[in-house]
Order: sequence, then structure tokens, then C-alpha cells
Amino acid sequence: MLSHLPILQVILPLLGAPACLILGRGKIAWLFALLVSALSFCIAAMLLHTVYHQGVISYALGGWQAPWGIEYRIDLLNAWLLLIVSGSSTVALLAAQSSINVEIAPEKQTIFFVAWLLCLAGLLGILATGDAFNVFVFLEVSSLSTYTLISLGPHRQSLWAAFRYLIMGTIGATFILIGIGLMYIMTGTLNMQDLAQRLPLASDSSTVFTAYAFILVGISLKLALFPLHLWLPNAYNHAPSIVTTFLAASATKVALYLLIRFTYTVFPSHFSQIDIPLEEIFIVLGITGVLSASVAAIYQADVKRAIAYSSVAQIGYMVVGLGIGGVLGLQATLLHVFNHALMKATLFMALAAIACRIGVTTLTSMQGLGRKMPWTSFGFVVGGLSLIGVPLTAGFISKWYLVSAAALSGRWGLVVLIMVGSLLAIVYIWRVVEALYFKPAADSTPIKEAPLAMLLALWLLVFANVYFGIDTRLPVSISAEAATALQEGRP
Amino acid sequence: MTLLMSHYNYWIVVALMMVGFFIVIAQGNLVKKIVGLNIFQTSVFILYISAGKIHGGSAPILNDSITVYSNPLPHVLILTAIVVGIATTALGLALVIRINKAYGTIEESEIQQRDHSC
Repeated sequence: MLSHLPILQVILPLLGAPACLILGRGKIAWLFALLVSALSFCIAAMLLHTVYHQGVISYALGGWQAPWGIEYRIDLLNAWLLLIVSGSSTVALLAAQSSINVEIAPEKQTIFFVAWLLCLAGLLGILATGDAFNVFVFLEVSSLSTYTLISLGPHRQSLWAAFRYLIMGTIGATFILIGIGLMYIMTGTLNMQDLAQRLPLASDSSTVFTAYAFILVGISLKLALFPLHLWLPNAYNHAPSIVTTFLAASATKVALYLLIRFTYTVFPSHFSQIDIPLEEIFIVLGITGVLSASVAAIYQADVKRAIAYSSVAQIGYMVVGLGIGGVLGLQATLLHVFNHALMKATLFMALAAIACRIGVTTLTSMQGLGRKMPWTSFGFVVGGLSLIGVPLTAGFISKWYLVSAAALSGRWGLVVLIMVGSLLAIVYIWRVVEALYFKPAADSTPIKEAPLAMLLALWLLVFANVYFGIDTRLPVSISAEAATALQEGRP
Repeated sequence: MTLLMSHYNYWIVVALMMVGFFIVIAQGNLVKKIVGLNIFQTSVFILYISAGKIHGGSAPILNDSITVYSNPLPHVLILTAIVVGIATTALGLALVIRINKAYGTIEESEIQQRDHSC
């Protein structure tokens, strides 16, 4: 049983999806999805525990040994990501029923949970697999179900956002497919470990370079790295609130994982024919994304859209960490992956609770809510503080590591720009805080506090934000070891 | 010239890829966008299948008289990719139907106009 954990991690939600469809009907479907997601989380925790103490797990699917068969390979990096993704799915599902009761018609709710579980299975599959083609298949499983989830949103704009994401996402996935095909042509293998051994032998070929270029662009599309981020604000803004909570905490993290995996594990660290300044490209695109998306966030009338823009900015920070490189830069990125999942889930969860009660999330409609929905509003404030990077919140830790990584590599200009990014975050979070607490309500109609399940999920996240801002042992030690392993594994 | 002729299938791949990509970007009609996306994906299928061909190789069916086989793996891979492509097309067209119902049009410019006017 225990030796089969890597495959159970993926197969459980994958089989859970059709089972959910058969079980059908409202509350049962929700409880079942929650159970499956919680079990996935337990498996992820066990995997992380095993990997941390015993090292890398390699699982041969169907008993066919790698490189012939498909290998699931769990090291510290993807065990860490598995925990984040399954955790955010579980927390979001906890609140899902209350939120979708308001936003989604009853007859579509079963389909909603089926699509959710498929999306979860796809995301976990991308993380667990050690086979490049398998990555593409799971990428499409998660993407197709994501388009479905977004299109279930309450407005007609949701359909349009889902369609645009479908076009962009399919182009991105096809680019990745082209890259994998070119790698296969050069090496005759699809196993990532095998590729890592064989690609350096062909590193002087422009085909390998082209393969990396295609994969890089494809992943950047999925990651919403500036300037390929245009689909994200629309998709996040128009998706059902609780879907945004889940996606913001998981989907872009998985794309970032792919970027790290292909850059550090699969491809050789340099190409002998063409010398691309990869570090500079990452840093420039990342910091441009941080600044431009933060400025865009300031001018949004809809808070949900502003926070979606802020997601683009936070992805920028993670990519900047990758660009700085070295163990410290990587560690900063991995820390920010975790902390960003926490803070974004908190913010979007609070917005989901507000949308559940007043239907919209525009800045003007949120005036005076601080007194009417005190628990939700305060949850938003803590999430916002964490996003800015105030000490004693999780966000501070990753900002601290990022700034020190930039400073130690002698990039003082970058340090200043990261600070400017944080200042911009203060501006767009403050606008919301001002509306919540310091503006009189437009009308005095009483608004109830959010449903209990949503408050529970929200405050679980708020607690995690503060806890991991004070007791940083777990994320810091895991990210440090994962970063060291990646750096050493680099040929 | 020999490079052109001996690799003609790859030139077809490149041409189809560019045509499909261009249609996706340039066309405002949503159904045409999906057609473009299909052409784009098909070019990748041909890329994979071309890579599996070995000169003088026969179909990969075990037989004592045959020594050189074509590589069957790319075919299997692309079978999966074709299924994915069909699923994407189906979902895309379903979305187009829903968009048509909600907006009364499937032209990108008109949809954006209607979103901004309200």
C-alpha cells in the first residue's frame, strides 16, 4: 500500500471524478469531492514525510521499468508542490458548497465537482510524473477541466474568458508538445532522468535549443509570465469565486514547477552554440511583470480583478528568484510559491465570502463592509498584509529571502525595484482597506456575516499565514534542501 | 535543393504550423479560430509521425523476414495527442455555442463591444 502512494496520489482524484458523477446530486457530490481531496492531501503529506527522511521515490507504472515504462518520480520539490496543490484544493472545497449555492445553478453543481476533481488529478499528475509526454497529457487534463470550471461562472463574460483561455492555453500546451517532440527526436527518450543524461551530449545542436525555446514559451503562457499574462486577469475575474481561490493557489504554481523542472533537471545548463542570457531574461521579464501588473492592479474598479493582476505580479517575484539563481534564489522562489499560495487563497477566499453575501466585489460596493462582515474583512486585511510582506506574516519571509538573494548577488538595483513592488502592493491593498473600514456604507441594509464553512476555511488560511510567518522551520528547511538538490543535480 | 526535397514533410509541418497560428491570431470569428487551432495542432502530429519513419523500415509487426522497423512510439504518442485535440475542439465549439446564445454573435470585435457597452 505505502509503496503505491505516488500513483494513488493521482489515481484517487482521477477515479473520484466519474464516481462523483455517479453519486450525483448536491451535497453528496460535495462531501465526496471534499473527502477525495482530503485523502489526496493526506497522501501528499505522507509522501513528503517519506521523501524528506528517505530520499527520492521512484515508482514504475505497471511494473515497466524506466526508461521504457512511465516513471513517477517524487523528490522534495514535487512532494512540496503536491502538498500545496492538494492542500489548497481541500481548503477551497471546504468552502465550495456555500459559495456555489449562490453562484451556480443546482443542476450544474455535480458537473462542477467532477471538473474540479479532474483538474486536481491533472495538476497532481503533472507534478508526480517523471515522463515528459505524460506532463503534456496531464497538462491538458487539468487545462480542459479548468476551462470548464471558468465557463461555469455567473456572467456571460465567463464564457468569453474561458474561450480566450482555451485558445491561449492550447497554444501553450502545443508549444510544449513541439518541444517534447524535438527532444524525443534528438534523444529517443521521454524519461526526464534519461533526458537529463542524454541531452548534454547533443547540447551543441540547435534542435535541442529550439526544443527548450518552445517549452519555455509554452510554459510561460501557462504561467502567465509577463508579457504572456493577458488571459489571467479575465479568467480569474470571471471564474466562480471559489474556483479562483483554488486556481490562484495552485495552477500557476504547477506551471512554475514545470519551468524549474525543465530548466534545472532536464536541460543542460548551457548550450554551446547559442549563449542565451537566461538569468537576465528571467529577471527583466519578472520585474517588469511585478511593476506593470502592480500598477494595473491599482487602477482596477473590481477588487477581484485587482487581486488577479497582483497574481501576475507575484509570479514575477518567483521568476525573479529563478533568475537570480543559485541555492538562495531558488529557495526564495520555492518559499514564495508556498507563501503566495497561502496569501492568495486567503484574499480570494475573503472575496468569495463577500461575493457570496453581496454578489459583487467592486470597490464601491464593499464600502462599509468592515462593520457588517468583520471576520471576513479582517481576514482580507491579514491576507493583504501578507501580500505586502509585513513582518510576522508569511509574505515577509519570502520577500526577505528574495531581497537577500538579490543583495548577495550584488544586484542592488533589483533590491530597490522589489521594494517598489511592495510599495505598489500597499497602494492597491490600502484602497480596499479604506473602502472596508473608512468609507460609510452606501445603504444601511443589514448584511449577514459569511457562511460558517467559508469563515472556517478563511480563518484556517489566515492562521496559516501568521503561523508560517513566525514558525518558518518547515517551509525554510524543505525549500533549502529542495533548492540544494536542484542545484547539485544540475549537470 | 536536396535539403528542400529530402525533408519535404518538415517543410509541410512548418507551413501548416504558421498557417494555423496565423489563423488563430488574425481571425475574429471564433469558429475560424478553432479551425486554425486544429491546423496548428495537426502540424505537430505530422512532425511526430515524420520522426517515427525510418528509411526502408516496415510497419512494426514482428516477422522473421524483416530486420528494420519504423519506430511505433511516436504514433502511439500522437494518438493520445489527437484525442486531446478532439476534446479541446469539442470543448471550444461548445463554448462557441454558449457564447452565441449569450451574446448573439461569434465575432470577437462585437463580443468585446457588447462587454464594454454594458
